[in-house]
Amino acid sequence: MSKAGDAVNRPYGVLGAFDSPAALLNAAQSARGAGYTKLDACSPFPVHGIDEVLRIGHSKLGWVVFLCGLAGAGLALLMQWYTGAVDYPLVIGGKPFFAFEFSIPITFELTVLLAAFGAVGGMLLFNGLPRLHHPLFARDGFRRVSDDRFVLVIDAADPAFDATRSADFLRGLGADPVEVVES
Amino acid sequence: MADLAMKNPLPPDVPLVLGKPSYGEVTDAVSRIVEKKPPRVWYIALAVTGTFTLILGAMLAYLVATGIGVWGNNNPVGWAWDITNFVFWIGIGHAGTLISAILFLFRQRWRTSINRFAEAMTLFAVACAGIFPLFHVGRPWRAYWLFPIPNADLGMWPNFRSPLLWDVFAVSTYATVSALFWYVGLLPDLATMRDRATTPWRQRIYGLLSLGWRGSARHWNNYEKAYLLLAGLSTPLVLSVHTIVSFDFAVSVIPGWHTTIFPPYFVAGAIYSGFAMVVTLMVLARKIYGLEQLVTMKHLENMCKVMLATGCIVGYAYAVEFFTAFFSGNQYERFVFVNRAIGPYSWAVWIMFTCNVFAPQLFWFKRFRTNLAVMFVISIIVNVGMWFERFVIIVTSLHRDYLPSSWGYFRPTAVDILTFAGSIGLFLTLFLIFVRFLPMISISEVKGIIDAPAGKKEAA
Repeated sequence: MSKAGDAVNRPYGVLGAFDSPAALLNAAQSARGAGYTKLDACSPFPVHGIDEVLRIGHSKLGWVVFLCGLAGAGLALLMQWYTGAVDYPLVIGGKPFFAFEFSIPITFELTVLLAAFGAVGGMLLFNGLPRLHHPLFARDGFRRVSDDRFVLVIDAADPAFDATRSADFLRGLGADPVEVVES
Repeated sequence: MADLAMKNPLPPDVPLVLGKPSYGEVTDAVSRIVEKKPPRVWYIALAVTGTFTLILGAMLAYLVATGIGVWGNNNPVGWAWDITNFVFWIGIGHAGTLISAILFLFRQRWRTSINRFAEAMTLFAVACAGIFPLFHVGRPWRAYWLFPIPNADLGMWPNFRSPLLWDVFAVSTYATVSALFWYVGLLPDLATMRDRATTPWRQRIYGLLSLGWRGSARHWNNYEKAYLLLAGLSTPLVLSVHTIVSFDFAVSVIPGWHTTIFPPYFVAGAIYSGFAMVVTLMVLARKIYGLEQLVTMKHLENMCKVMLATGCIVGYAYAVEFFTAFFSGNQYERFVFVNRAIGPYSWAVWIMFTCNVFAPQLFWFKRFRTNLAVMFVISIIVNVGMWFERFVIIVTSLHRDYLPSSWGYFRPTAVDILTFAGSIGLFLTLFLIFVRFLPMISISEVKGIIDAPAGKKEAA
């Protein structure tokens, strides 16, 4: 069951799988209490309250989206003004070459478009995605994390990390299985 | 935050998911559909819809080779089935965004089981919608002239003062943002499919598509923010799209089109027709794939209520249009509406009224709202009625121009009819492919609303 024994030179960390969000939250709290600081939790859906325990701050994504939206609005206005009033002015129905009134629909659409790209691109960037592989994927104990398992990971970079003792610690919290993850 | 894991705020007697499944059972119920061989009816359906898709391709090829004279459009009816079909399809898409974005912001947690399905419908409907204006321009290979792409053969820029160009931007933005929103929603479920995959090809394809998602708390933190922001962006977007579609008409000076009620009226109609399409497809999919546990009568009943509400708004808009025409004192405006009610197209107007205003009134009664057969039939009636609404708006306003010397009558040609039938085929084909290869219910979101998983150890 446990593969703590075959730890290699520089492991990625140690993982322990739990059965419920509540068990994961308890385990994360106990790990913090035991002095672990570099923790991660993986779950099939967002577990609320885990951000506070793991000291994950608010996502900065809002700023990215705001700036992208601003860029979209600016580009749209610039485009409509430059093409219509500077580069190739055409008299159509006596309408002005440029005016905010008729620019609003396209300005709005491009604001939303760039902001949406910012939201998706920023989310992937902040999450370090896309990536083809991750050490955790190799582990059997991780396979069901997208199904019904809630995994707590203690990172090897944690000052309190020790492959054997950290694995025993997770086992003591009721994790099953517990595995040392090779990097 | 997005609160995907918030507790179900409904009273306990109306569960959103029946039978208290465990997390694993939810995963199984949804993923199994994609992993098993599809039922026989799927193959039969695909054969039929695939045939119609081929007919669509043939009709469009014929049109490109010959010219848009193969359609029944004439002078004065320069816009006919093409634009009717465009507005019809784009309207259908709106329910998907309403369910995925607006109901999300309003914390309507019953959306969870149906949002993936409805969003897929949005994408496919927008794809069908795009075909019609694209081919209506006559030379679709020049369609890039609609975008501000510097090029030597046109040598000038698009006219940003035209509502038709606003529409190009609105619809293409809508298609793009809907696709992004849908894909972001799919990410965790694609990871589930990857982890369950048993064949190397499935592992590779779902693995690539899931972008390396591993459900880390840091992932979810940014993910929920992104989802919330996309919902916030899509909400005004979806309202703007049909508003701008209505500008195609309202900004012109054609009696019957030139009216300020068009934007809200079009948006309500779009949501109405979209919900009707969701109900049509959901009743079938739920039955065929045995999803009664996840898509409960509560979901369907709520959708019927939305149809009733938007149907009444649409009925009100019809009445206001007639009243405004009378009250305006403008003889051309008055003529258009008298002509609508008793002119050569009055048959279409009365089909529209019957289907859109009278039929959904049955949904005032719970007995009908919770009856699958009744809601299925009414949803189809509403789909038909909403197509006729667009036909009435477009064709009756055009066919009798200011001077009786320029009056005409539009009759669809076989190509018109087969192209529209083909677009329905394309829509359903894309849908069948979707239910075959992607989880049609959001697995990760449904897990977030289960109160007590009947799992091994936890019994909350």
